Amino acid sequence: MTDVKSEAASQGAGAAAESAPARFLKATELDTRMLGMLGALAVIWIGFHLLSGGLFLTPRNLWNLSVQSASVAIMSTGMVLVIVTRNIDLSVGSLLGFVGMVMGVTQAEFLPDLLGFGHPATWIIALAAGALLGALIGALQGFIIAYMGVPAFIVTLGGLLVWRGAAWWVTSGRTVAPMDATFRLMGGGPDGAIGAFWSWVVGIVACVALVLMLVHGRRQRRKFNFPLRPLWAEGFLATVGCALILGAIAVANSYPWPSGIVRRYFQAQGLPVPEDAFIAHGIAIPVLIAIGVGVIMTFLANRTRFGRYVFAIGGNPEAAELAGINTRWVVMKIFILMGVLATIAAAISTARLNAATNALGTLDELLVIAAAVIGGTSLGGGVGTIAGAMIGAVLMQSLASGMILLGVDTPLQNIVVGAVLVIAVWLDTVYRKRVKK
Amino acid sequence: MAENTPLVEMKNISIAFGGIHAVEDVSIDLHAGEVVALVGHNGAGKSTLIKILSGAYTRDAGTILVNGKEAQISNPRDAKKYGIETIYQTLALADNVDAAANLFLGRELMTTWGTLDDVAMESETRKVMGRLNPRFQRFKEPVSRLSGGQRQSVAIARAIYFDARILIMDEPTAALGPQETAQVSDLVRQLKQEGIGIFLISHDIHDVFDLADRVVVMKNGQVVGTARPGEVTEDDVLGMIILGKCPPGAVPGPGALQMAA
Repeated sequence: MTDVKSEAASQGAGAAAESAPARFLKATELDTRMLGMLGALAVIWIGFHLLSGGLFLTPRNLWNLSVQSASVAIMSTGMVLVIVTRNIDLSVGSLLGFVGMVMGVTQAEFLPDLLGFGHPATWIIALAAGALLGALIGALQGFIIAYMGVPAFIVTLGGLLVWRGAAWWVTSGRTVAPMDATFRLMGGGPDGAIGAFWSWVVGIVACVALVLMLVHGRRQRRKFNFPLRPLWAEGFLATVGCALILGAIAVANSYPWPSGIVRRYFQAQGLPVPEDAFIAHGIAIPVLIAIGVGVIMTFLANRTRFGRYVFAIGGNPEAAELAGINTRWVVMKIFILMGVLATIAAAISTARLNAATNALGTLDELLVIAAAVIGGTSLGGGVGTIAGAMIGAVLMQSLASGMILLGVDTPLQNIVVGAVLVIAVWLDTVYRKRVKK
Repeated sequence: MAENTPLVEMKNISIAFGGIHAVEDVSIDLHAGEVVALVGHNGAGKSTLIKILSGAYTRDAGTILVNGKEAQISNPRDAKKYGIETIYQTLALADNVDAAANLFLGRELMTTWGTLDDVAMESETRKVMGRLNPRFQRFKEPVSRLSGGQRQSVAIARAIYFDARILIMDEPTAALGPQETAQVSDLVRQLKQEGIGIFLISHDIHDVFDLADRVVVMKNGQVVGTARPGEVTEDDVLGMIILGKCPPGAVPGPGALQMAA
């Protein structure tokens, strides 16, 4: 009874005058901006696929694309919170380089002397040391910004130079290699992927979680007599969501290990190598980490006090202060979080390269900021989503790898990426103005 | 208004910004169920005085007593602990979040899991807004999309929802039309009956005479005098505001024009 009544109310007066797409969007409560971004991504993917003669939309390219996007995507989730509070962090690339270098030296030079080469705890100690360092650097920058009142632009511009210099000092510019075998799994590759079976498990868990979230949301709304989505819209969201998840898993599971690695794998087990051996990669571990970070950061931003305060500060810093929020501490926490996220990104980058170099992460700060901004984060503060920034990161990476596939010269690649950034923000501005009316 | 302990007493409050004495040696008090209006020109120090009470500014000198006991107010959180709620002239709303988020900003309702209970907050918001502004329906939209009157009712809802004992209203009707202004006046009378003490800052002398039990006039950061609307005329009060001249019916303060006897 309530059900029917509130559904009618939600479609309310004026529904008759609305067009079918408008009714659809209203019923599903989908974010049109996010749909627009996914549309742009689809256009880019299909465009590159046609231009490259069918090379882009292959399991292999998409799998690599996902691994290549992971590092920037992880950092962009933190950059959203930084930008939402009207700050900026120009130091993330250098921070990544410095922390990566310290983690590299810890596992390749320091710990082997202490624990012996290949000790099983090596990777976790290196990672913990990196996370601690990243958090400390973030705390230092955050403290100067929030409590000493130096603009974030200046503090992190200083950080950009300081941490890059610090990365060089650790080994006087020498590259450190190789990384610990377990640590290396974070970088992806045939070993650093979870295989077909576990990928399906992850996919099914994700589908179940999606359905449970929809059911829980509906139950909550009914409990408080809020307007409900029509049942068909709930079903549509569940179906499309699950189809996308399982589709992505299917793609990851149809990218096979290279034949050389398959042969070695069977030989190592003393088995004959089958003729048509097919071992799938499955989801890469860095991608899994990035998805985990995305889920946690979305939870932080939407469901916790901290996240609520971040957005309130971005909307009106004075009001947040008058409401009794300790705005300085919130800002400092954001920068600590950014430091930890840069550490995770550093772990993935060094693991993927199997070496720590002092140039690692150069110019990453710009990619991260661009990803956040393309993802709908407003530099004016107060607006932005984690998911948007992560899609933004994938979009940037798609452009880069697509152009590499087409053999576009590096200078032209930069020109295209720069132009796309400006056009994307301009389109967003136009969109927001229209929505306001 | 018997001689019982005042709800709030601000004694000899001073604050200076740079070399400017925005508030100089001001003492005012407020009893339960009383409306005290603060009037004066722009820059007379009304808002500054009030921001000291609400914790937005820290005073240079003076004491604040709540229920006769000295209160330590050095930030807005402290003031709220003493039951002091403020409706600011600027409304102090976070424009990018919805009404419920603003209403509970800094005092969010949490689930047993320690996460934000948005559904409960929206439900409570619907209740309190239903009382203040029954036609209000835009609960899901950021407050930047609301009209001036709707934004004002969100700010008022925030101040009265948490059982305020002392309410500060800084120009509460500045953004409102005549009908909404009348609603606010009704609300002030209702809250007064519930025993809440109200500091009302207003430019509108008619409003002030209509609602206030006492009128405190400020000029150049000092109190010119205190008057009861029944004992002085509106012109007397205007004279206090403009000239700093204290009429016979009012109690003169330190800022009163010194006249040759």
